[in-house]
Amino acid sequence: MTEIERHDFDVVVIGAGGAGLRAAIEARELGKRTAVVCKSLFGKAHTVMAEGGIAASMGNVNSRDSWQVHFRDTMRGGKFLNNWRMAELHAKEAPQRVWELETYGALFDRTKDGKISQRNFGGHQYPRLAHVGDRTGLELIRTLQQKIVSLQQEDFDQCGDYEANLTVFAECVITDLLKDGDAIAGALGYWRETGRFIRFDAPAVVLATGGIGKAFKVTSNSWEYTGDGHALALRCGAALINMEFVQFHPTGMVWPPSVKGILVTESVRGDGGVLRNSDQDRFMFGYIPDVFKDQYATSEQEADRWYDDPDNNRRPPELLPRDEVARAINSEVKAGRGSPHGGVFLDVSTRLPAETVKKRLPSMYHQFKELADVDITTEPMEVGPTCHYMMGGVEVDPDTAAASVPGLFAAGEVAGGMHGSNRLGGNSLSDLLVFGRRAGLGAATYVDTLGSRRPLVRLADVEAAAQRAISPFRADTDGDIAESAYLLHQELQQAMNDLVGIIRKADEMELALKKLGELRRRADHVAVEGHRQFNPGWHLALDLRNMIAVSECVARAALARAESRGGHTRDDYPEMDPEWRHVLLRCTQDADGDVRVERTMQIPMRADLVDLFELDELKKYFTADEIPEGTD
Amino acid sequence: MGTQRRFRIWRGDTDGGDFVDFDVEVNDGEVVLDVIHRLQATQAPDLAVRWNCKAGKCGSCSAEVNGRPRLLCMTRMSTLPPHQPVTVTPMRTFPVIRDLVTDVSYNYQKAREIQAFLPPKGVQPGEYRMQQVDVERSQEFRKCIECFLCQNTCHVIRDHEDNKAHFSGPRFLMRIAELDMHPLDAADEEGVDRKRAAQDEHGLGFCNITKCCTEVCPEHIKITDNALIPMKERVVSLRFDPLARLLRRDRR
Amino acid sequence: MTTTSSSPPSGIVPPSRTQRARAAISARTLRTDRWWVSPLVTAIVLGVFVVYTGVRLFMRNDYWVAEYHYLTPLYSPCLSASCAPGSSHLGTLLPAFPLALPLPILIFPILAGFRASCYYYRKAGYRAFLLSPPGCAVTEPGMRYAGETRFPLILQNLHRYFFYLASALLLINTYDAVLAFFPANGGFGIGLGSLVLLINVAMLWLYSLSCHACRHIFGGRLKHFSKHPIQYWFWTQLSKLNGRHMQFAWTSLITVMLTDFYIMAVAAGWIADLRLFN
Repeated sequence: MTEIERHDFDVVVIGAGGAGLRAAIEARELGKRTAVVCKSLFGKAHTVMAEGGIAASMGNVNSRDSWQVHFRDTMRGGKFLNNWRMAELHAKEAPQRVWELETYGALFDRTKDGKISQRNFGGHQYPRLAHVGDRTGLELIRTLQQKIVSLQQEDFDQCGDYEANLTVFAECVITDLLKDGDAIAGALGYWRETGRFIRFDAPAVVLATGGIGKAFKVTSNSWEYTGDGHALALRCGAALINMEFVQFHPTGMVWPPSVKGILVTESVRGDGGVLRNSDQDRFMFGYIPDVFKDQYATSEQEADRWYDDPDNNRRPPELLPRDEVARAINSEVKAGRGSPHGGVFLDVSTRLPAETVKKRLPSMYHQFKELADVDITTEPMEVGPTCHYMMGGVEVDPDTAAASVPGLFAAGEVAGGMHGSNRLGGNSLSDLLVFGRRAGLGAATYVDTLGSRRPLVRLADVEAAAQRAISPFRADTDGDIAESAYLLHQELQQAMNDLVGIIRKADEMELALKKLGELRRRADHVAVEGHRQFNPGWHLALDLRNMIAVSECVARAALARAESRGGHTRDDYPEMDPEWRHVLLRCTQDADGDVRVERTMQIPMRADLVDLFELDELKKYFTADEIPEGTD
Repeated sequence: MGTQRRFRIWRGDTDGGDFVDFDVEVNDGEVVLDVIHRLQATQAPDLAVRWNCKAGKCGSCSAEVNGRPRLLCMTRMSTLPPHQPVTVTPMRTFPVIRDLVTDVSYNYQKAREIQAFLPPKGVQPGEYRMQQVDVERSQEFRKCIECFLCQNTCHVIRDHEDNKAHFSGPRFLMRIAELDMHPLDAADEEGVDRKRAAQDEHGLGFCNITKCCTEVCPEHIKITDNALIPMKERVVSLRFDPLARLLRRDRR
Repeated sequence: MTTTSSSPPSGIVPPSRTQRARAAISARTLRTDRWWVSPLVTAIVLGVFVVYTGVRLFMRNDYWVAEYHYLTPLYSPCLSASCAPGSSHLGTLLPAFPLALPLPILIFPILAGFRASCYYYRKAGYRAFLLSPPGCAVTEPGMRYAGETRFPLILQNLHRYFFYLASALLLINTYDAVLAFFPANGGFGIGLGSLVLLINVAMLWLYSLSCHACRHIFGGRLKHFSKHPIQYWFWTQLSKLNGRHMQFAWTSLITVMLTDFYIMAVAAGWIADLRLFN
């Protein structure tokens, strides 16, 4: 094998989204030589897709907001399955993280008195989301990117080298983490551009790779969301938790094919949009579950009155929680009452004057006009559920973001626990900042404790990892047919969408596991044409292995959890079960690549945090044993 | 529903290449990137194309369709002339890596040479106060998704490779405008002159405002009218207008 | 699909970063639309204007209709002792000119300079005449390019001074237009000519106010709009006009030509002014 390009760093951050960049900034500011390695160009991470805002209880619009209120909202949103310590840290530190962005040059929308403006959002009691129009994610990524540049300029001024302490390796893919004994020693990757390998020797690795949406057919996620970080963690011995919780947003575009899955914002329904099936029936009235009967309108007349008089009328059922709406749409389509392209109709055109639609929903108007050739002021949209966010991820220590493997850290969507079974809108961007920083801090502190006794990369491991990465170029098909990565990916997406999707059944998931086993076998036979220079077939072949491993975690955990909660809906166990609330499903992988799921118990919530809730509310979620005595 | 279309795609690398014709099925409502993906899955598994979000938000899939700089994910097939082959080439201003993928490192180098935002001294995080009307101009420029189509179409570097050394292109001249208009940027206090830098280090004078950058911007940012010309006017005050110099104390 | 034995697992060694070349595409452009129409039309219209005004500048007659006080904007203000009697309403500050010297020798350079250095005409001119570039994503023929960094094009930066001077002329043009409502026989009168002059001057105002330099002077140069609400209001209004600067540039160019032609036609007696009132 030819000489492999080699770099020494203190901290290697994998992923250049919000969490990765914030981690890198922290590590560099603490004096650590830091690398950021990302699959895409610098500044293209999936974070740019976030629209709504960053949740932080700054209280700029409503001064009654506080971290306690934010904490409560987050726990409720996650159906109390959240890691409460993470939720606490998140609620406490988010304002500081947002303010810090302003010192990096961010320009948020302002209130009249010049503070950061904050908007209302689902599940948040007060206006809490710092935002920039509907492109908050772009602002976040660009701000952090430019902060990185400014740190590099500092280094340039001091020593004439922009990359003295902080280097970005763009379009570079990490294929394996390297260990020395138990501890992280480095990572092996390759340049997408040349296909050449690159080796990082570093005692600390921060995973910030985002989610797994590309394992599903219909998703609002980008190309990069192939679960790389999840899979890297699994392969090096760390555990994943909460993998059964996948958030499906009820309204994604379904047509044209090119945009299937792209999000249609919830405010379309909030502003008066109604859902209809092919019989022109407002079907949501038939899907109000008993527990919500008192809060939702039972007639169209009452529902229509709510928009103008919310005090004396009940809400329209289109505004039921996301999982309820998604499930209803799913049922309508399955019953053959779907729209021509397999969704349902979401209509504002007959409800609001054209001018009002354009004023209140400019980006939606633009999105449908430009991508679907649909004028939403005159015709209905077609929408259906779309895979949106992975609540599950690497099990980490809340304070340091450290995984169970020494030297491994994780932050952002790839880390699990923070959001419990369901994430609130706006909490993802704040999650990135709060835990991105903590991961950078944790990694830097860990490196300090090592002193000069750093783990060493073994050459044999590098060789093995390299061989693994190029195996698709000489696939050993055992006489079987050579497989195409593209087709396997399509099969995987179809299987996950159909069998482990929004509504889950035991028999379907068994089927999915069988299919995943088959795909795993066939993935070994994927053959790649051409050479290693920017070869998308090869890139996908490597991503595919990650997606299959992670999908298996999702399916196994989903099969094990015999209840419905947040982003996990079981047709055969439709109720939420308090006995399952404190249970975490922990997913690991053995040396043969087999995935195991085991139960662990959640640490009980600290008493002062329990006291933030009313007893009546806790009773809905906690078992009788868990209800603290004497609190009522 | 599907129709057969002919695609002429430039394939090759830095050593050379040529157009390769493909006949491919195109379905209703598809964009050019969908068709490229179909080609990858069926006829050319190693056809290199850069893409990410496929929703016009990340600016990765920049290329040229029928000779016009475009995002592949935002170019609907129905907008292209139906009876002609569809020509797709990589961006022509940047060195090619492979097929439709180009080396855009020029842009990242230029980005690094612009003095970053300088926070005001003595203002703590959380104490920043700015009025909406003061941030709006810079906010327009911050809509930029860095697809680099404006850089690609700008003839100053597209047609004159040698200008790359001393010209940063519309995207980064706009970045300077953004910082110069930022209500709390402390460049003046720190002795940094962004206007001088725009003119002397980043080649604002090379811009002859032919507006191609504005024409191709997928975010519809008025790069020329709102960033480049205002910067030129600010440079005029600095360099070519003694009257304005006298009045400059009135500037903030 | 098969595995390709021609591609060894180690891959083909790609070239290093420094050796990179652009995609080898020889076509000057691959555009399939008629991108050349716009620069062609620009060149024709501007060409017609240049020839027409060139001829008119040297004609030295038919620029003043004494009866109705119509003075063509091309000759206003007429400052030489050679000007037709009555046309020099600001007085004859300059001596008589020899025949070879156009009467508006001081005026015309201002008007031409204002237009030539205008940010819109710069775009139009660079595209149509210097072909730099002829169209977006169409290779320009020139080998070297220094933009507006050297003489003579660096002089384009003087646009703001031309704006100041042209604004002064525009005030005089406005005075001319008002004067055209007060014919020689005394009292108030309206003719087609006075309306033409009025429309022309209105278009000139729109063109001047929508100018980028004007927008800069009135507020664009500020860093904090919130501290200067009046200037911010002006800037906002001028920005709206600025969005249509191109339309105003063309309309006012054409109205100037038509106005001059109308006055020439009346002055030469080819047609009689259509009188609507007095």
